Amino acid sequence: MTLTIPALRARSARRGRRRPLIVPFAAGFLLLVAVAGLLAPVLAPHSPDATSLLDSLLPPGTEGHWLGTDSTGRDVLSRVMYGARLSLLAPLGVVLLSGVLGIALGLLAARAGGWADAVVSRGMDIVFAFPSLLLAMLVVAVSGPGLTAPICALAVSYTPFVGRVVRSVAIQEGARPYMESYRVMGFGELWVTLRHLLPNVMPVLIAQSTLAFGYALVDLAALSYLGLGVRPPDADWGSMISQARSAILQGEPWSGLLPGLAVLLTVVSVNVLGEHLGGSIGRKQSEGA
Amino acid sequence: MSTGDAMSTGDAMSTGDAVKAPVLSATSLVKRFGHVTAVDDVSFELMPGASLGIVGESGSGKTTTARILAGLEQPTSGTVTLDGRAVEGHSRRARLRQARRLQMIFQDPYGSFDPRQTIAQSIAEPMRLHAPGSRKEHRARVDELLDQVGLSSRAGQSLPRDLSGGQRQRAAIARALGVAPRVLVLDEAVAALDVSIQAQILTLLDDLRRDTGISYVFVSHDLAVVRYITDTAIVMRHGRIVERGETEQILRSPRHPYTRLLLDSIPSPGWDLDRVARDRRALDLL
Ligand SMILES: Nc1ncnc2c1ncn2[C@@H]1O[C@H](COP(=O)(O)OP(=O)(O)OP(=O)(O)O)[C@@H](O)[C@H]1O
Ligand SMILES: [Mg+2]
Repeated sequence: MTLTIPALRARSARRGRRRPLIVPFAAGFLLLVAVAGLLAPVLAPHSPDATSLLDSLLPPGTEGHWLGTDSTGRDVLSRVMYGARLSLLAPLGVVLLSGVLGIALGLLAARAGGWADAVVSRGMDIVFAFPSLLLAMLVVAVSGPGLTAPICALAVSYTPFVGRVVRSVAIQEGARPYMESYRVMGFGELWVTLRHLLPNVMPVLIAQSTLAFGYALVDLAALSYLGLGVRPPDADWGSMISQARSAILQGEPWSGLLPGLAVLLTVVSVNVLGEHLGGSIGRKQSEGA
Repeated sequence: MSTGDAMSTGDAMSTGDAVKAPVLSATSLVKRFGHVTAVDDVSFELMPGASLGIVGESGSGKTTTARILAGLEQPTSGTVTLDGRAVEGHSRRARLRQARRLQMIFQDPYGSFDPRQTIAQSIAEPMRLHAPGSRKEHRARVDELLDQVGLSSRAGQSLPRDLSGGQRQRAAIARALGVAPRVLVLDEAVAALDVSIQAQILTLLDDLRRDTGISYVFVSHDLAVVRYITDTAIVMRHGRIVERGETEQILRSPRHPYTRLLLDSIPSPGWDLDRVARDRRALDLL
């Protein structure tokens, strides 16, 4: 005879599905950053480019400049808010491009099989082995600074990250008997792939792209920090950290710390969300099977 | 039992034709996988409204034969003729033509549906491909089909995982009927179901054949099931046909030792293991 204590059982049953407390925080933070970027013209207390040499390097907490100012007296809070725009849009571009490429190549490899699969898979292995930042720097060296080239380079670089997962899920899903029943019903390969395979691949794709977003954000911040990304007067968090270098050496780290913190928290939030999405998909699929 | 009825339905379907032509014929089908010959010189004909059983032990090539008929496997040699025309090539048109005449029911009814579509959506999809019409017409036809196979329209709004095995197999039959094929190939279609559900599905199939004049190729290792649902049968062993004829005749007085072995291998009150062993030895001498 086993005794089950209802309260205990309820708790352990819930634990299986319980969303870690950090997930809503992560989602909330990302939403906050997105809204701050989107509504920066309305919400920001100052113009991000308004310099005032008299007010340079004010510490946080100063009236009118709650997060202080940088070495040319620009309001840090306003700049971080405006910086969110490029800092989020550029990785979004990377993720969308690599998503499209990854879906196309992953589905092609999975459905065509044979030599097409071999070629695509080896190609993705090679690209995957190549450090994304290095590839982006090489491309910038050829094309000159600016965001378009690194976005494209990183998109190529992250394509295997997405494409490999799409391929393996598509192979798994494509081996299920219902695929054959669609063939007997006379449906073409393309129809079955787009109408039935793709929707079933989508959840993993979203989880994977979320993680790629975080990596791309860090890569792009690094490029901007190195002066290879955005060109002034445009600014993202990476270029803001870069511009704060001399101030940091003078013992006034605030103007660099805040954009740095923005990068850190955003990437952590994105990763938390990505892991959670990936995990809950895995659970759903094992429940469904 | 229903042989006479089905036959006369078949006749009624083809009145007007000068000669009664088979709706499906397989001629010298051979399929090799590497050095394994899964199907070896298999030929048969299926008349409109008739029901043909394919029996044999595991690995005898039944499924491979069924898959060739459905176009899922290319025969190494031999031809499949549907409605008087040979099935050839993999062109879009050839596949559509084949699908419109022949549909297949698989053993695992759960696996044969997209898990993310409702049953009604799954039934409507091939219908849209093969019988263009308005959304309303299709919806009405889906309801009609669900009714025909004994499912409520509420079942139509369910996902595959929310239905029982028997309900899913009914849904698979409804989906196949939506294409209005002349031949239905069923590969172990009731093998995964409880005995009582098996009986219901078999009765449904029998009724459908009487009502619509559709023909069956019924693949099964279960001789009792084959006896109920088919008029004629072929017995396969190692990919070859070893016996053919009226199902009743074959099961009552088998001529080939292999068929005798299959019959003796069924557990029953008078089950005699010695006899099974003797049959097996006699067979190995061949
Ligand atoms: N895709 C394949 N590749 C290689 N060999 C295969 C393949 N499909 C079937 N075979 C072989 O062909 C033979 C016939 O298999 P088949 O599935 O047609 O038998 P079956 O009569 O349906 O058996 P069962 O009653 O177990 O379903 C077997 O020896 C099997 O191993
Ligand atoms: Mg089989």
